[in-house]
Amino acid sequence: MFSKILIANRGEIAVRIIRACQAMGLATVAVYSEADADAMHVKLADEAYPIGPAPVAQSYLKVDAILEAAKQSGADAIHPGYGLLSENPGFAKACAEAGITFIGPRPEVIAKMGIKTEARVLMKEAGVPVVPGNESACADVEEAKLIAEAMGYPVMLKAAAGGGGIGMQVCPDATELEKAFKLCAGRAKAYFGNGDLYVEKYIQNPRHVEIQVLADHHGHVVHLNERECSIQRRHQKVVEEAPSPVVDAALRERMGEVAVQAVRALGYTNAGTLEFLVDADRNFYFLEMNTRLQVEHPVTELTTGVDLVQWQIRIAAGEALTLEQADLAPEGHAIEVRLYAEDPNTFFPSPGTLAELRWPDGLRIDTWVEAGTVVSPHYDPMIAKLIAHGADRSEAIAKLQDALGRLEVSGIKTNTPMLLSVLGHPKFRSGDFSTDFVASELAPAKV
Amino acid sequence: MPNVTSTMAGTIIEVTVNVGDQVEAGQDVACLESMKMQMYLQAETSGKVKAVKVNAGDFVNEGDVVLELE
Repeated sequence: MFSKILIANRGEIAVRIIRACQAMGLATVAVYSEADADAMHVKLADEAYPIGPAPVAQSYLKVDAILEAAKQSGADAIHPGYGLLSENPGFAKACAEAGITFIGPRPEVIAKMGIKTEARVLMKEAGVPVVPGNESACADVEEAKLIAEAMGYPVMLKAAAGGGGIGMQVCPDATELEKAFKLCAGRAKAYFGNGDLYVEKYIQNPRHVEIQVLADHHGHVVHLNERECSIQRRHQKVVEEAPSPVVDAALRERMGEVAVQAVRALGYTNAGTLEFLVDADRNFYFLEMNTRLQVEHPVTELTTGVDLVQWQIRIAAGEALTLEQADLAPEGHAIEVRLYAEDPNTFFPSPGTLAELRWPDGLRIDTWVEAGTVVSPHYDPMIAKLIAHGADRSEAIAKLQDALGRLEVSGIKTNTPMLLSVLGHPKFRSGDFSTDFVASELAPAKV
Repeated sequence: MPNVTSTMAGTIIEVTVNVGDQVEAGQDVACLESMKMQMYLQAETSGKVKAVKVNAGDFVNEGDVVLELE
């Protein structure tokens, strides 16, 4: 086992990982930008190192600065969290070259899954159903238009190196595709250093359902069931739950088997998630694989009793996975809501200083903020995840409604009213919804 | 003549007009990113661009002048 782990991240996930390390008796090292000098992850870690100015490109994405902090502190492993450098094969490789264990899969596998077009080809070969689309990046906007016309509009334009909804857009016609191409390519280049785009058939009213997997270095692979993540705004998840209201035991087994099969074919290790679209007829199509911990991992933890972060660390240290598939059926129902610093009607960001803050009791809260925290415009607007576990879905919903009703926060706007609208909506409560739920049912002033 | 100011704190991604350009009310003049979200700043009134006060990559606060119109 490692002796000291550096967390190459910020916000709630850095706090979450530090707590897992503390539970395992491991020393922790935080890194931080100038904007995060007083942040919770810095206070909680045993040691902390400044790595640069507020913009992520000058701090949390600085491989050299992070590796320097690792060397200075004597950390023997790095946990990348999610986002930032977590799916950057160059970073994973640089860690290995510096003699520090990267807590995640091998760099080659991250690279393959990071290029979405390549991932689609590999998954197809492994027997996984994929969304119809092109198998290599579009040379230019003209090629994208030809492909789109051949498959019929609407289509989804996506960054080959993308993720997190960045550099991705639904295009209802050729004019919109032309407009979107330049914008998406620019964003993809800025965010991922790769402006390649590809076109996918847009599946109408799909549900977003993903399968969590864990694989050790000794050939043992399990899946930890599905998570339902269809409630999204701007292609970013807002409410997630496990199990999915639409997945029964038979579909769970089929999706789980396909995911395990894909993991074996890839030689994948550590935690990972296969994202699928499920259509109205319950056909499922591979979307992409996230080769890291997911934001919404707590709903899986609460329904399986498995600590995913601790297992990530154990697997990276070479320990054998002792979980058996038969013991991993979901128990009860868990729902997570993401609390964002944003206007609940327009979804526009609302950075600022949190004046007052009182968390409700009775549920799991993963957060990095407290009264007085400055929520910076440089980073993601998520300030907390509230996760409820109930005997069934309606109990979990009721617990969350009660908790959100008791949440006291001032100084910034949050999406609390929007979350309550989702939880109270008849369609959400009946389990009958798809990824267009927020746009079609909540009708915000402007998305 | 009202100037175009930033609606919130964030980073300028792109300025889509140049000095001397005629802009119409409601036209997108710059792209701003805050909390990983991009949005366009619009001219409230029509006019000619007298000065561009920001560059791509600049950080702006709410209320900072982006364009001067005449």
